[in-house]
Amino acid sequence: MNTIDKAAGASDAKGSGSTEFEEGGIRVRRASMTFGPDEPLALDSGVNLSPFTITYETYGTLNAAKSNVVLICHALTGDQYAASTHPLSGKPGWWAHMVGPGRPIDTNRFFVICQNVIGGCMGTTGPRDIDPATGRPYGLSFPVITVGDMVRAQAMLLDRLGIHDLFCVIGGSMGGMQVLQWAAAYPERVFSAIPIATAARHSAQNIAFHEVGRQAIMADPEWKQGAYLSHGTNPAKGLAVARMAAHITYLSEPALHRKFGRNLQDRDAITYGFDADFQIESYLRHQGSTFVDRFDANSYLYITRAMDYFDLADDFGGVLANAFRGTTSRFCVVSFTSDWLFPTSDNRQIVHALNAVAANVSFVEIKTDKGHDAFLLDEPEMFTTLRGFIDSAARTRGLAG
Amino acid sequence: MSNGYGLDTGRIDLDLIAQMIAPESRVLDVGCGDGDLLALLRSQKDIDGRGVELSQEGVNASVARGLAVVQGDADTDLSNYPDDAFDYVILSQTIQATRNPKAVLREMKRIGRHVIVSFPNFGNWRVRLKLLFTGRMPETRSLGYSWYDTPNIHLCTVLDFASLCDELGLEIEDALIVTRNKARRISNPGIFANLFANDAVFLLSRNT
Repeated sequence: MNTIDKAAGASDAKGSGSTEFEEGGIRVRRASMTFGPDEPLALDSGVNLSPFTITYETYGTLNAAKSNVVLICHALTGDQYAASTHPLSGKPGWWAHMVGPGRPIDTNRFFVICQNVIGGCMGTTGPRDIDPATGRPYGLSFPVITVGDMVRAQAMLLDRLGIHDLFCVIGGSMGGMQVLQWAAAYPERVFSAIPIATAARHSAQNIAFHEVGRQAIMADPEWKQGAYLSHGTNPAKGLAVARMAAHITYLSEPALHRKFGRNLQDRDAITYGFDADFQIESYLRHQGSTFVDRFDANSYLYITRAMDYFDLADDFGGVLANAFRGTTSRFCVVSFTSDWLFPTSDNRQIVHALNAVAANVSFVEIKTDKGHDAFLLDEPEMFTTLRGFIDSAARTRGLAG
Repeated sequence: MSNGYGLDTGRIDLDLIAQMIAPESRVLDVGCGDGDLLALLRSQKDIDGRGVELSQEGVNASVARGLAVVQGDADTDLSNYPDDAFDYVILSQTIQATRNPKAVLREMKRIGRHVIVSFPNFGNWRVRLKLLFTGRMPETRSLGYSWYDTPNIHLCTVLDFASLCDELGLEIEDALIVTRNKARRISNPGIFANLFANDAVFLLSRNT
């Protein structure tokens, strides 16, 4: 299944294929799969996206019963490189703390899949790819995608790989939205679900922050109405500002104070100017400038939009509990005390909905001052909780330890 | 809502509660601590159990045992459960630590067909004598805290509890008292039980 023909009209170097290597005791497989004109992705907007390619990574080995599959869903600016070195940044995988041999998501035990979401820019089809209708990059002619579309595409890849049941679907933030969508849309395929630091609908405040980011991108003269690839320009400044604004929302005031305070950057006194006098300014500028090297501005627009549109209850008559009625999946919801982007109250709404349908749900609020980003960091209490939940679910599922 | 009340009758308490529970029923343990009771009921009675626990340590310990436990507070979070969600709702050695025991009991009555409550009896003769003879707030084997640092903010006697049940329309189906680590069934909570019980376990149901 690794060598399916490159679909007619598939963009540039995309196609189906894979490479395998060993890293940090993990058997890593980097692969992509193209779906041709006969298998369009039916988007919520009504558009059929075709052809399209999904790029993904797997870790570990699929067991004979195909019962040990863990699907990791990545966040807004995440990608499929959950546990392996990022090819562009050279940094460790974004969830290397969580995924690996002996980690809570144990690659010696589970077959782990992480897919770049539809609309993304790390190999899966997105706005920077060639529109077969025009021969030019999609840009803004790329259809608007939703969290539901992301999950539908993931399911198509799993179908192609011959995988039906997921032992566990796990993700934080937008990844958590996908987990909820999976549990609602494909309950029979999900044995356990771990939505972390997320919400069943994007709040007005979060939509507002996203809009600031999008406007920053669109205000960059190099954005060119989204057609910067055709113009040979790059709205890096706008994207960097979007990232800077968003990054603040991932942290917390106490963590910022602890890390930076009002410390000055490489100087003894303020300069009475607009240089990065303060460490926090320098830090944010660095976050912005490194982000643009690995992320596409239009992908940022599309994926933030998908999060804004997410309101799971809306698909179920406005009652969130109906999204989970009759579910047999077991859930573990995790929130963080200092997360003000996806506060505990948002996560509790998910728990309440699950309680209302008598679902098997656990919930823990982790004490930390690290804000929303805590789900990506070394948080021992989170690991303890998830290890306990995953191990006990694995025992129930009959997966040997 | 961990069971940190200095009670060493905890194990007896769990066994007594377990005896009251029908097999394969749906159970909510409010203030489930490390999940000891839920684990016991799962293995002995094959129940479908859920827990609510205030402490992160208790939640983690419970989740690690494969129990479905949510971090929450008896005083605020029971309102989120639908009516008749459970066959039994249990409050084990926790009611005296709630801010509003009456409201908690009312919620339990709403979400469970049966309610089980166990609590330390403040009417026990040792408690009475301690206050009488020392003139100080009693610290007993069951209640090993000073008045200023005790989590037990709403202590009651067996008779107090029985009259609250009456007021809330909760019928006493079964009542057990524990004296010196021996349990006995009482037909009606009277002055005798009120004087000698260290702990009491009540099985309640709505009188319709």
